[in-house]
Amino acid sequence: MNRGTMVFGVLLCLALPLSLLAGKVWLDPASVPNASLILAELRLPRSLLAIVVGGGLGAAGAAMQGYLRNPLADPGLFGIAPGAALGAVVALWFGYAASPWLLPLFALTGAGGAMALLAAIAGRTGGIALFTLAGLMVASLAGALTALAISMAPNAFAMSEIVLWLNGALTDRSWREVWLATPLVVVGVLLLWRAGQALDALTLGEAVARSLGVNTHALLWVLIAGIGLTVGASVAVAGIIGFVGLIVPHLVRPLTDNRPSQLIVPSALAGALLVLTADSVVRILPMVTELRLGIALSLLGAPFFLWLLLRMRRGLA
Amino acid sequence: MTLCARDIVLNNRLSNVSLSLDPGCITAICGPNGAGKSTLLETLVGLLRPDAGEIRLDGSGLDTLKLRERARRIGYLPQEHEVAWDVPVRNLVELGRMPHGDTSSGPVDAALRALDIEHLSHRRAQSLSGGETARVLLARVLAGEPAWILADEPLAALDLAHQAALMRLLRQAAGEGAGVVIVLHDLVHAMNNADRVVVLDKGSIAFDAPPAEALSHSAIREVWGVDVAWLEHDGKWALATR
Repeated sequence: MNRGTMVFGVLLCLALPLSLLAGKVWLDPASVPNASLILAELRLPRSLLAIVVGGGLGAAGAAMQGYLRNPLADPGLFGIAPGAALGAVVALWFGYAASPWLLPLFALTGAGGAMALLAAIAGRTGGIALFTLAGLMVASLAGALTALAISMAPNAFAMSEIVLWLNGALTDRSWREVWLATPLVVVGVLLLWRAGQALDALTLGEAVARSLGVNTHALLWVLIAGIGLTVGASVAVAGIIGFVGLIVPHLVRPLTDNRPSQLIVPSALAGALLVLTADSVVRILPMVTELRLGIALSLLGAPFFLWLLLRMRRGLA
Repeated sequence: MTLCARDIVLNNRLSNVSLSLDPGCITAICGPNGAGKSTLLETLVGLLRPDAGEIRLDGSGLDTLKLRERARRIGYLPQEHEVAWDVPVRNLVELGRMPHGDTSSGPVDAALRALDIEHLSHRRAQSLSGGETARVLLARVLAGEPAWILADEPLAALDLAHQAALMRLLRQAAGEGAGVVIVLHDLVHAMNNADRVVVLDKGSIAFDAPPAEALSHSAIREVWGVDVAWLEHDGKWALATR
């Protein structure tokens, strides 16, 4: 177990009970009536969902950066998150959101469609450049179709619902979303973790990785599946939550030896910690309407991205 | 125990290349820019699939071998020294053990010692000079204890002392039974250190012979279009252009 896993594991264990107590009303189990009911039915599923969503996004970000050998890579580059978002938007457009399972299932279908399209375009050759371009194309297409759906929304309420959902949040989520997302994210993280050694070999370039026995074609499929499951499930239950996959590996790297394989698990823990903390903060902010989690993380992520670019520019100078 | 190429044709870059490489000796692949030297090496490693012809390793088609089995037998060092992440040197060298599924300290330590980089083992990759990086990446190949060492311009980033040391190391590996195939631009190194020189020109083999024959002044004039003279001193050769 590396230092990153220990540090973020301990921090997550400390943050979880605090997040259960945090909210518009600070929950004192001894004095608040129905505290156990509030904990069991509202706060615990929300916190666990934050851990699951953040864990999946963090691990996906670490794997993406390892695969593309680029510290600025983000799971969004694969187009899977926009694909899942498009699926959810279709469900909202047709008014299926009232059904508890339909929206996440549509989102998962959208993620699956994006994965299939990506694999159909780039899967045969397995080249990283083609893969990245295919991901950008899928993201761009899904984004355009989402914008089309918004502009042609049947009524103002549907449009507002779509825009709000796209901003990402864990508000009003229940055990249903936890049960839906958890197995998919766990399988996805396991797949990414299994790909770790091949990602280490890619440190020396694709040709060396292949000469070391890495089947880069199979690796591509494992990554599409792993990232599809983690990111697709996360978007299905929480909407678009950006920047987690970009930020988290950078927080983890100083605590590891920089090998991609050593980043997957601590990045999952750090992603879980980041989303759990951010979700707790948006709950306690003194605002009339709760700040959407997706917006909060983008407000945090954009300056971080800028700082990262400036630091890289200094490194190149 | 041979590595053979039979009638290899590859996308106008190689045409009807056939050669049979033997273990226990150093084979240099030389030729002008664009002759197909790196392409031939990548085809021998199995990174490029020929349009026609086949590569056979110890009697088996390279395509029929499992990737790990192939990686255990052939160690490959490309021309580009890419290291994407700032990882510790020792971890880079340990990657050579990946086809064996272990990180045995014995071969890793031996490779670090052989390349004179034990003192670098705890340094980070991006703190190394170009020459140090080149030695670390070659140590990664040696740590895999491959039967064949295929290296593309392994001397390019090294200073004079480390060039000589590396050639001694490759000679020792060949003496212990490994097959060594290196792409060399420097004809002097090929003349002085190789047992056999394969000269490529426009994707075809122009000469395949001992160095004195494959790199004779007439051969160099024919392939490179340059008039040269070989000068001898203490059994070693230097090259003067006219």
